[in-house]
Amino acid sequence: MSAQLEIRDVSKAFGGVQAVARLSLEVPPGEILSVIGPNGAGKTTLLNMINGFYHPDRGRIALEGADITRHRPSQIAELGVARTFQNIALFKGMTVLDNLMLGRHVHMKSGVLASFAYWGLAQKEEVAHRRRVEDIIDFLKIQDLRRRPTGSLPYGLQKRVELGRALALDPKILLLDEPMGGMNQEEKEDMARFILDVNEEWGTTTILIEHDMGVVMDISDRVTVLDMGQKISSGSPDEVRSDPRVIKAYLGESRRA
Amino acid sequence: MIHRECGVLKTTYEADMALYPLPIARRAVGAVAALFFLVLPFSVHEYYLSIVNLVSIAVVGALGLNILVGYTGQISIGHGAFMSVGAYTAANFATRLHWPFWLSLPLGGLMAALVGAVVGIPSLRIKGLYLAIATLAGQLIIEWTINHVTWISGGVQASIEVPRPRLGGFEIASQREMYFFLLIFVVVAITGTLNLVRSRVGRAFVAIRDHDIAAELTGINIFRYKLTAFAISSFYAGITGVLYTYYLGIANYEQFQIVTSIDYLAMIIIGGLGSVLGSIFGAIFVTLLPILIRYAMEAFGGLVLSPQAVLNTIPNLRLILFGALIVFFLVVEPEGLNRLWRNIRNYFRLWPFAY
Repeated sequence: MSAQLEIRDVSKAFGGVQAVARLSLEVPPGEILSVIGPNGAGKTTLLNMINGFYHPDRGRIALEGADITRHRPSQIAELGVARTFQNIALFKGMTVLDNLMLGRHVHMKSGVLASFAYWGLAQKEEVAHRRRVEDIIDFLKIQDLRRRPTGSLPYGLQKRVELGRALALDPKILLLDEPMGGMNQEEKEDMARFILDVNEEWGTTTILIEHDMGVVMDISDRVTVLDMGQKISSGSPDEVRSDPRVIKAYLGESRRA
Repeated sequence: MIHRECGVLKTTYEADMALYPLPIARRAVGAVAALFFLVLPFSVHEYYLSIVNLVSIAVVGALGLNILVGYTGQISIGHGAFMSVGAYTAANFATRLHWPFWLSLPLGGLMAALVGAVVGIPSLRIKGLYLAIATLAGQLIIEWTINHVTWISGGVQASIEVPRPRLGGFEIASQREMYFFLLIFVVVAITGTLNLVRSRVGRAFVAIRDHDIAAELTGINIFRYKLTAFAISSFYAGITGVLYTYYLGIANYEQFQIVTSIDYLAMIIIGGLGSVLGSIFGAIFVTLLPILIRYAMEAFGGLVLSPQAVLNTIPNLRLILFGALIVFFLVVEPEGLNRLWRNIRNYFRLWPFAY
């Protein structure tokens, strides 16, 4: 089993706060990995480092064997790492269609002059990528929302569109930061279904942060638990569930023990 | 009555992504084009054409500034200076090397783009008000440089006379010829901007405006695109400066002072940020306002004021009204004239059965 994403001995501190400490993690291709842990455990910091949004103080991050530790976020996106955010980060002034077309940005080439002239190269490219975007629109069942500005959509649909924008990148690795945060039960089930379908249909490696334990235990191949920036447990959902260190981190220590 | 979208069934993505997907819109654009190419130039007096010409020049500049401010969400108070860079570059090429306008004009634009991109470098670190001040510094530095370096500005008056633009053996001299000359640039600028903002580069600009972090994690190189926005916008400004120069027959820094930068910002704010049509509306509005005020004062000012007082009031009234209108628009319709137009259009979309 060779790892698609390899995180080795990575640390990140913000001032005096050690957000992530000597964390190592290997993610094989096609896996759905959940990262869980109490608030402030360093989960989002971990995603931000994979994205290149933060650079780790030490350690190494490699994507398919290539070192990406010091890459810029846009370079890492070009290599096929897509991301959704805990607080929705859609381009609110744009339509759903434009948001998804933006997801295709790294696969398109038209520069300023081609865009300026449009007819010819740029148009051909727009149409070709529109086809792919329409596939994603069909997949996520948001056909009726194409022309709606994303800012006007309800929360659950915004989350779905954001997933769509990430999928438009044709990602090798999908980073989802609380994709079900703030959703009702039905929306959560929809989102869980989409995540499983993406994984099944395109074999996309998925790393997700989620607080809903029911969802995490249901859809994950593997669960990693962080606490105070360190990995305290990792394994199948069942193993993690019964791990005393995990219970301790979440519930505190029993006085009798 | 006007069932605009009804029955328009698109069967290809090309048709769906066309500039004007609706037949009625295509006909309207055709009618406007016919008006400006065939009717207007042959039906109005040269004096009015000269006003239209001023509007044409302003449209190009406003479009450029809107790409930067309205679409990319950056700000520049240095556009007047970028225009002067274009103007003096072209004027120097035209007078020293006797190059024709079709060489000196793009060179003026390119030089302005270069300078604009350099002035835009701080945008990578700072935003909003801070960026405004940084570009203001750019404006002042360029203004000072052009004013004091005689090698650029050509002497004490800091102005360079340029010959009339020539195409082959034909000299563009009258207002009507100038009208067609400028109209071509307006058409290219409008079409190009519309194309730009609906394809890859323009979308990246809007993404940076709406959410720069998400844009970066979607694979948009913020560094490159912000500078590109500054360069494109300044290129338009440079072309505007060159057009002014050829129109007036002289490159003069007084045309491109900080007031000009602010006038252009006013155009896109009044017209509508992030809108091509808004840029056009704004350019028309801001160019015509002082002229209309003058007419109004000359016609009716005498009723309450002495003739001398009328003359004194006109320039001040312009400033007062100008400021008042900007405040009015920011409060009442922050999305500008373009929004008003959209509201009117949407009202008639299903008229008279809007239910």
